[in-house]
Amino acid sequence: MSIRMLEVGYPAPRFDARAKVTGEGKYAVDHSREDTLWAGAKRAGIAHGIIRGIDTSAARALPGVYAVLTRKDITGTNRQGIVHKDQPVLAGEKVRHCGDPVALVLAEDRDILKKALSLIRVDIEPLPGVFDPEKALKPEAPRVHETGNILQNAVISIGNALESFNKCDIIVEDSFAVPGQEHAFLETENGLAWRESDGRIVMVVSTQAPFRDRFEIAHALGLEVDAIRVISPHLGGGFGGKDGSTVQCLLALAALHAGGRSVKMWWEREESFIAGYKRHPVRMRYRLGAMRDGALHALECGLIYDTGPYAHLGVEVMALGMEHAGGPYRIPNTFIEGWCVYTNNPISGAMRGFGVCQASFGIERMMDLLASKLGMSRLDIRLKNALRRGDRNCAGVTLVHSTGIVPCLETLGRHSLWMESGKWKGAAGPFKRRGVGIAAVSNAMGYGRGLPDSAIAKVELTREGKIRVYSGVPDMGQGNSSAFVQIAGEILSQDASGMELIQPDTDRTLPSGSSSAGRTTYTYGNALIQACKELKEKLLHRTALMLMLDEARGLTLLPGKVRHLPSGREVPLELLGRFFPETDRIVVNQFIMPVAQDNVDTGKEFKIGFPHVFFSYAAHLAYVEVDELTGKVDVKGYLAVTEGGRIINPSGFEQQVHGAVAQGIGYGLMEEVLLDEGRILNPNFTNYIIPTSLDIPEITSVSVEMVESAEPFGMKGVGEVGTNAPLPAIAGGVEDAVGRRLSRSPLTAESMLRAMDRGPGVIE
Amino acid sequence: MRISFYLNGEETHVEVPSERRFVDVLREDLGLTGTKESCGAGECGACTILVDGQARLSCLMAAAQLQGRRVTTIEGLAADGSLHPVQEAFIEYGAVQCGFCTPGVVLAAVHLLDRNPDPTREQIREGLSGNLCRCSGYVKIVDAVEAAARKMRGGTPQ
Repeated sequence: MSIRMLEVGYPAPRFDARAKVTGEGKYAVDHSREDTLWAGAKRAGIAHGIIRGIDTSAARALPGVYAVLTRKDITGTNRQGIVHKDQPVLAGEKVRHCGDPVALVLAEDRDILKKALSLIRVDIEPLPGVFDPEKALKPEAPRVHETGNILQNAVISIGNALESFNKCDIIVEDSFAVPGQEHAFLETENGLAWRESDGRIVMVVSTQAPFRDRFEIAHALGLEVDAIRVISPHLGGGFGGKDGSTVQCLLALAALHAGGRSVKMWWEREESFIAGYKRHPVRMRYRLGAMRDGALHALECGLIYDTGPYAHLGVEVMALGMEHAGGPYRIPNTFIEGWCVYTNNPISGAMRGFGVCQASFGIERMMDLLASKLGMSRLDIRLKNALRRGDRNCAGVTLVHSTGIVPCLETLGRHSLWMESGKWKGAAGPFKRRGVGIAAVSNAMGYGRGLPDSAIAKVELTREGKIRVYSGVPDMGQGNSSAFVQIAGEILSQDASGMELIQPDTDRTLPSGSSSAGRTTYTYGNALIQACKELKEKLLHRTALMLMLDEARGLTLLPGKVRHLPSGREVPLELLGRFFPETDRIVVNQFIMPVAQDNVDTGKEFKIGFPHVFFSYAAHLAYVEVDELTGKVDVKGYLAVTEGGRIINPSGFEQQVHGAVAQGIGYGLMEEVLLDEGRILNPNFTNYIIPTSLDIPEITSVSVEMVESAEPFGMKGVGEVGTNAPLPAIAGGVEDAVGRRLSRSPLTAESMLRAMDRGPGVIE
Repeated sequence: MRISFYLNGEETHVEVPSERRFVDVLREDLGLTGTKESCGAGECGACTILVDGQARLSCLMAAAQLQGRRVTTIEGLAADGSLHPVQEAFIEYGAVQCGFCTPGVVLAAVHLLDRNPDPTREQIREGLSGNLCRCSGYVKIVDAVEAAARKMRGGTPQ
């Protein structure tokens, strides 16, 4: 293969692409060891109830069963959770959703494991459950936890929204509902763990947060943090669903009881649906007031996030959703109230778009409604209110960093897909109705205040003369580790043949936070830039010594060597690698993301994760066609304009935009976790449909490159923002096509048929 | 039961129960983990292999069905260390993201181009519609297959 350039700005192929395309690349699930036991969980199957007894005797008696563990085998707190430790590793007294694990079996093979799980008898006395988040708020509702069903109630407010509505010339209001969404990563939750002879547990696991996992495991099982080593190879997708313990605590528990043998746990697809985390279902109520000229003046909204039986990151998800509830618009008066509510539904947690996806549907529907009431163009009303640098957003934070929603909308407005949309609509075939929708969105980057968004980069000149980057933050497929290689290659002037990459391993790499929040490349990248600059200085200095130069001036790094430009003399990196000892070949540096400096006097309920100061922006356009006969909605064309700062790798950037759009189209058109009393009715790809290659149109991605001066190379995270726009853009297109207002998603054929039958009005 | 087949060009014998899923034979008995499993029910295409040149789902095949057949897995696609044009194109055109679907998609694409060396984008989309990818928007995958088709036909890449 040809030499791979790594200059920043060049669409270098992913560093891991070759390994992945040949099948050589190992995911967690591809790891194996001799003498491995299989671990599996017996799950409640009942959404709410008291555990009266667990009879494991038949399972224990089955030949090939190594151990059956229950709550009483856990010596730690038995509580896992990222912020709120409210989720039992093994439920002992009560079950709060169908997926709660009540027993853990270790068996010689998968067939025996399945048989053993079926032999466990769990006696659960059912309790009335609560499955509707609005009903859960009522005092008489069954209690999921003794503390009540409200995990968090919070308000974000600036100005004086409630009085300001009196001054508005026009007020629009509506209510919306969006369902749960499955991450549907192709590699389901899994890991392999074993106990070393010194008692330490080693775990190779598909995780977005290896360093934090150790704390979660240690807390739950009563272990020391340094008694656990977590290794995170490439992930087969994550999207937020592998942020926080999935198999980790169960697997560590199994390893503690496996007599030194290794243990593998690998959730089947159905188990992944039942026990894994989901995007929060949200109910929304919006009231938006504006002046006659379209200027927004007041927003009041209430958002209810159904977090299921355990917090996971529910409060933080809601905080981010509330922070974006006003969209990328200037609204001087806001009152945004949120309730994060426990129910006996499946567990909601982190997912790409982290609470923002849902709120974007609400605010963007309101903007379209306002435009139609005022007789304004949907683009003009957005442009008129779009945030600019120096404005305060709906949470009162001054936007002091790059703020690109105006150029995104302007670019969309000049694009042929917008200019020619009337012509396209007019060319609809028989029994087809066409419409065009747009949406403007933003997404914050980083953890926000209260939780330092930090990374520690480590880079080494190996003895063989290669530059080795030790990534501390997992690559779940978004390509951050390839971006790290490119950043290091740029600064140290190396091509891909001179680079090596180590994926996160708590023993070899350094704590750099979770792979989430659009932060990975930004935060680790900044740390890495510092480390690489230091290594560069070091390499030039050491070369000067070798060449007996009086100073390092005139020396430059080139692929595989250092050259003294005035004399043309060269030192291969391989020689340098052998010249100085390991301690001198490694550089470590760190970075913490800046936070908002405004003394925002609202959202005080949020101890962490609020507010944010960096945002990426996007304006999307969807060409939508509705079939009058079947109700089926097709997205026929798509434009995504993104402002995510400068681009390190145009190919990687486009991958993120395309993927976000595809996931958003799935969310808009077809994806919904269907529930009946907390039980998932579609826990597999037969009934839970995600987009195939026939469902996603050609996607035009345009980047509006603004420089984010807070480095690295002017970039910002772009993984999430693109997920927020497809649903509102498609909904806008459908409204345009069928002349109805939409208040729920997904926009399935059934809902369209009902809507078209019913005549003008709101689609219920 | 003793089952014999040609695996990536080599005569291979395994001693397994006849009904053992072929994906398990590959991944667990033979250590060929390039073939992935994602849904275990024939819905996602991650476990796609070539059986006598045809794309087949190894999670739905019992070991005995492979008796005497020629099986190609992703590990066997690159002959003599040089990548198949489809693999090359997947790298060049950014069609690989998390990569978990990639082996299956690549093999499905190889079969598609074998049937139709000059497919339209729509035909590529149809041909790969049995392979789920959750990371991409399929656009770059279609780009890559189009480019590989051009190269395999001997045309110049655009």
